[in-house]
Amino acid sequence: MTPGMTLLGPALGLSAILFSLGVAGVVLRRNAIVLFVCIELMLNAVNLTFVALAQLHGASGQIMVFFVMTVAAAEAAVGLAIILAIFRHKQSVDLQNINLLRG
Amino acid sequence: MTEAVFYVLAVSAVITALLCILSRSTMSAVLWLTATMLALAAIYLLLNAEFVAAIQVLVYAGAVMVLFLFVVMLLNLSTVTIDLRGPASLAAAVVLVGLLGIQLAALWRYTPGRLAAEVAQSPALADPRALFAAGDLARREALERGVVGGVAVPLFQSYLVPFEITSVLLLAAIVGAVVLAKRRI
Amino acid sequence: MTSWVWLAVALPLAGFLVNGALSLRRPDAKGVVSLVGAGVSVAAFLVSLGVFAELVARPPEHAAIVRLWSWLPVGTLQVDLAFQVDQLSAVMLLVVTGVGSLIHLFSVGYMREDPGYARYFAYLNLFIVFMLVLVLGSSLPVMFIGWEGVGLCSYLLIGFWFSDKANADAGKKAFIMNRIGDSGFMIAMFLVWRAFGALDFATIDSRAADVLVPGGAIVTAITLFLFLGCTGKSAQIPLYTWLPDAMAGPTPVSALIHAATMVTAGVYLVARTNVLFAMAPVSSTVVAGIGAVTALFAATIGLRQYDIKRVLAYSTVSQLGYMFLGVGTGVYATGIFHLVTHAFFKALLFLGSGSVIHAMHHAYHATHAHEDAQDMRNMGGLKRYMPWTFWLMTIATLAIAGIPPFSGFFSKDEILAMAFARGADLPVYYLFYGLGVLAALLTAFYMARLMAMTFLGENRTGERERAHLHDAPWIMTGPLVVLGVLSAVGGALNLPEVFGGHQALEHWLEPVTAPAAAFTRLEVPHGATEYYLIGAAVLIGIVGLVAGWRATLARPIPTARAAPPERGLALVLNRKYYIDELYDTIVVRPVVWLSRAVLWRGVDQGVVDGAAVNGMARLSQGLGWLGSRLQTGQVGVYVVLFLVGALWVLGAVIR
Repeated sequence: MTPGMTLLGPALGLSAILFSLGVAGVVLRRNAIVLFVCIELMLNAVNLTFVALAQLHGASGQIMVFFVMTVAAAEAAVGLAIILAIFRHKQSVDLQNINLLRG
Repeated sequence: MTEAVFYVLAVSAVITALLCILSRSTMSAVLWLTATMLALAAIYLLLNAEFVAAIQVLVYAGAVMVLFLFVVMLLNLSTVTIDLRGPASLAAAVVLVGLLGIQLAALWRYTPGRLAAEVAQSPALADPRALFAAGDLARREALERGVVGGVAVPLFQSYLVPFEITSVLLLAAIVGAVVLAKRRI
Repeated sequence: MTSWVWLAVALPLAGFLVNGALSLRRPDAKGVVSLVGAGVSVAAFLVSLGVFAELVARPPEHAAIVRLWSWLPVGTLQVDLAFQVDQLSAVMLLVVTGVGSLIHLFSVGYMREDPGYARYFAYLNLFIVFMLVLVLGSSLPVMFIGWEGVGLCSYLLIGFWFSDKANADAGKKAFIMNRIGDSGFMIAMFLVWRAFGALDFATIDSRAADVLVPGGAIVTAITLFLFLGCTGKSAQIPLYTWLPDAMAGPTPVSALIHAATMVTAGVYLVARTNVLFAMAPVSSTVVAGIGAVTALFAATIGLRQYDIKRVLAYSTVSQLGYMFLGVGTGVYATGIFHLVTHAFFKALLFLGSGSVIHAMHHAYHATHAHEDAQDMRNMGGLKRYMPWTFWLMTIATLAIAGIPPFSGFFSKDEILAMAFARGADLPVYYLFYGLGVLAALLTAFYMARLMAMTFLGENRTGERERAHLHDAPWIMTGPLVVLGVLSAVGGALNLPEVFGGHQALEHWLEPVTAPAAAFTRLEVPHGATEYYLIGAAVLIGIVGLVAGWRATLARPIPTARAAPPERGLALVLNRKYYIDELYDTIVVRPVVWLSRAVLWRGVDQGVVDGAAVNGMARLSQGLGWLGSRLQTGQVGVYVVLFLVGALWVLGAVIR
């Protein structure tokens, strides 16, 4: 087995840990931008999984990474634009105060 | 040797990620994430994904995080904010992460090492190396075509349609971001 | 002709429809109404004669079933709307349509000035329809249609002048007490279905011996529940209190429904299901016992009533008791015989009293007085003014008192004699015989009292009213004459051998009572016993009449207004032993309380409105509020929920 293959297990484990950290961050933080950052962290963990398994399943793993990155970029752009727009109204990015859609 | 390097990089990735989610200011959160991404890029190298590592640095750390930094500086958020949620959220986080951890741990048995071990125990299955055949093939192709070619050829052949659709998505994102962020439409 | 028997039902039904339409559109078209109303009744009588004639010519062994259509094909049960023409139903047909027609004719005169003339005849025709369905029904459900229908018409006709609340109440009372009895009828039907798998009389008669155990629990239960229905419909203890109140209706109604026909439906039912009653000696004894007790009980009340119709009402209850004593003893033909003779003389008595009341009304109306036209204390000496009515009612009185050769003697004497004979089997029948004899004595007494108070002695109506008292017009007196003749010679229907007759009715009904004959053996009294019994009956009758006559006229009778209040035993009798008050306390009040407090406030308002309807609304509101709590508008909460869902899916996939 190539060196990369032996790292497969540990790489997946690392990915799991990073993903859990991202989830914890999303639940725990009130700042909208930091929320986004944690979501990016989760996406990165997923990327790591794809890359690690690309050794098993071929190039399609790395290609998925491309798409994930692209979508993440698009999402970050739009999401940050939204936060900007909200900040203009509320002068704050604290998610506790953004509750106009309350039912 | 590679393993030692890997573990160093892994630990630093975890530490920076922790610092990221627990950081006080927005700016440091963004910067810690960048550090995590760089560590991950190095790990990609170890995993024979050289092109992806380069793209990670160029696009993810280089463009997306810079965008984040732009927005943070544009909004001029005060650097010291306590924006961790209360104990209810902490409890929720513990529960959720715990469950997640359990479920992810349940996937442990599907890692290739253990899969291979399982396969080896049942001689009925064919050559265990067949499990790694696709990966092997990819590596050999990469050796022929070069690192970039190994990714590019499938991208523009098998995955052409998703590629095109993604470009449309980026277009939509551009328009959307511009419209949303304008002061006056 | 037998297959045309449905015409006897259809004609009065058409009459009902026509008269009903007229009552809504042209209530004052009295000529047409009279023609149609009375005409269809007479036509039905002619049809009945035709059916009867055919039966006489060719007496069948089994009943002829005229099937109209299939009504209830349910699983293994097949109930047809069918009529059963046999000897018993032919007798009932004749009585109902014959006496019914006479009463229709009487009504033409009696109700002439009533604004509800058309409505009256519509209801009366409808009653004939249902009564005929009752007696012609070939199965219990079809009979039940008639059973319920006559109860309905009774309600409609009792409360005919419903603008007076008392009349409406009397109608309701009758209907509700009938319904209590009807529940017994229905339970009996269920039991019969359970035992036989069918509900028609032909099956019951032929298969009773196979399906039921003689004297067993099932047949006793069936018959007791049937009898419960009879106590309601035929006004026996305990469900008799509606009948005196029913006198609130027009007098011809009282004559037809509450003397001659509807109230006899119970007796007919027992006669029709004679095989069941013969197989259940316990039930038969109950029937006979209640009949005897009711006969005496009602007779005692009649002693101290002053409304002429009330006396006759209690007399009807009492005579119905005799009929049940007859069928309970096992002599079904004799019970029917008394039913027939009673129809004659009781209808005569009621119609006669109707003529009297009619005259009294006219008198008071002319002088603008406000006395009670039905109170016998306001009458007296009417013999001089209404001779025809007097002599005809005298015939009826002699009949009811059991004086030979009038019809009542033969029927009543035979019932008492057979009860006495049954005593050899079951000594309790001696007690019933004694009760019956005592009741006969009192019957004669109170009838004499009625005649004396009304027709004899001094007239108490008033100087000016007297000028207006006279016999009723011929349209009313005519039917009385016919009934008078029938009351006089009706005994010939079933003349016993000792008098040279052939027991015609009993032989005629033999095919119908045959199934029961297999289970009973009754010794007909002969020789010396028979003569003693006859002699006793006649003696009782004469003694009662004379005593009543003398006792009533011994002292001057005060008018109703001037009468002193009753005291002591007289008060108790006058107030009907306070039974109505008793029922009110132990039945009516608890039911009303239950309805108001429990069912209305508790169940309807509390459970249905409160818990179910409003509760559902509150539940929906609560769930909606809970749901809205989810929509906090806070991203953090949404994220957590999102993650929960994602973890769930992940967990499902991993499994």
